Amino acid sequence: MSTLQLKDLYDGFRDPGVIRGLAKLINEEAKLLGRPINIMEVCGGHTHSIMKYGLPQLMPGNIKFIHGPGCPVCIMPKERIDHAYVLSQQDDVILVTLGDMIKVPGSKGSLQDARAKGADVRFVYSPLDAVKIALENPEKKVVFFAIGFETTAPMTVALIDTVLKRGIKNIFFHINHVTVPEVMVELIDSRDEHVDSYNNRIDAFLGPSHVSVITGAKIYEKFPKEYNRPVVVSGFEPVDVMEAILMLIRQFNEERCELEIQYKRLVSHEGNLKAQQLIEKYFEKADLFKWRGLGNIPQSGYRLKSIYEELDAEKLYADILPKEEIEDHKLCICGDILRGMANPPECTIFGTACKPSSPLGSCMVSSEGACAAYYKYGNLIS
Amino acid sequence: MCLSIPSKVVQIDKEQNVAVVDTMGVTRKAGLDLVEEGSIEVGDYVLIHIGFVMNKIDEEDAMESLKVYNEILEKLDEQEREKLVLEDDDCGNRTT
Repeated sequence: MSTLQLKDLYDGFRDPGVIRGLAKLINEEAKLLGRPINIMEVCGGHTHSIMKYGLPQLMPGNIKFIHGPGCPVCIMPKERIDHAYVLSQQDDVILVTLGDMIKVPGSKGSLQDARAKGADVRFVYSPLDAVKIALENPEKKVVFFAIGFETTAPMTVALIDTVLKRGIKNIFFHINHVTVPEVMVELIDSRDEHVDSYNNRIDAFLGPSHVSVITGAKIYEKFPKEYNRPVVVSGFEPVDVMEAILMLIRQFNEERCELEIQYKRLVSHEGNLKAQQLIEKYFEKADLFKWRGLGNIPQSGYRLKSIYEELDAEKLYADILPKEEIEDHKLCICGDILRGMANPPECTIFGTACKPSSPLGSCMVSSEGACAAYYKYGNLIS
Repeated sequence: MCLSIPSKVVQIDKEQNVAVVDTMGVTRKAGLDLVEEGSIEVGDYVLIHIGFVMNKIDEEDAMESLKVYNEILEKLDEQEREKLVLEDDDCGNRTT
């Protein structure tokens, strides 16, 4: 018999009383900490929740949030957006993508600009919507510009699987899927130019929610073991985040350094095995993927396996896709923000030259970016 | 892109391999391609992401968390009440 109601799930994990209760416990237990603790939430969804529910204001002075690179739109380099732009300029191409991607400017403009100039660019809610577009436009080539972390990679492969099973001949893929553990290693290993030492600002990680639903918590095993950074996989709701922080503080107070799962109602150690198998069937790791603001990170992105190259838009259109490197805006400090070395208000153009209506940096473009979250919820702009 | 709300499965279309779900009163369809066949049933609570069921919400774990949260709430309320009573007793600090 079912005892759980949707209301429990909507309300239970947002209860203001519970949030206050957890804040009290956090404040009490944080008094026992020997030193201040910086907790990086890797995932942009967490950044959004933390700002929306005002969680930094509930924290004691020795607990600080630092915001990580977990927003698929924020980390997309201009070079890749230019690929999408150029593809959209082909007369016989319908370019299909998800989310905020169409708003992010590359060096030639955004996909939204391309659409305004007459290109056929379409935003879809689900990758499978591309099938309908392809069937309705048999004379066109539909290019799916695939973005996102381990969370959305399985949805792209489900589309690939459908395309092959149904023998659809006019859908092609431009793959931009990236993976979380490699960028976490990069953040720990990278040098902090401001203090001329390795990045020691990150004391602990809040593990991403939806990525972990697919991959399982197992992908973070090496962080407590090899890098001495505890990880607690947390849900998105404010109560989830507060409980995960309490779990991290208790680890420090009890001198433990472990991988724990707070988000047990959805995340297991092994994850969604069917999704993982589908990814393995169609994707392999690319040697390098360039992250906006962070540069090239080895083994941090997926590409289509060569046996499926007839579906690969990057190979099909290799002759027309631009190859030059592009610099980011000089005053934008998105790179430092994505590395957890700066907070959005430290940027000289935050809220002035750069705001959601006229973003210069990717952290402001995406609704999940740290700058956009600060702008919307931070109450920092008069 | 990542924020999702739990949904309740109200119908399963095995032929199309999709579930019809209720998300806060809104009915929508979600692909079942990423979950093992037969693992999702009507009445289950699921997490949907960009048109696919990603996973089933474990009812036992969800209920367990909610139970712990209620205990925190009750315990702290008791402490808060006790604090108020003690403060009230501490008449010496009162100016009126």
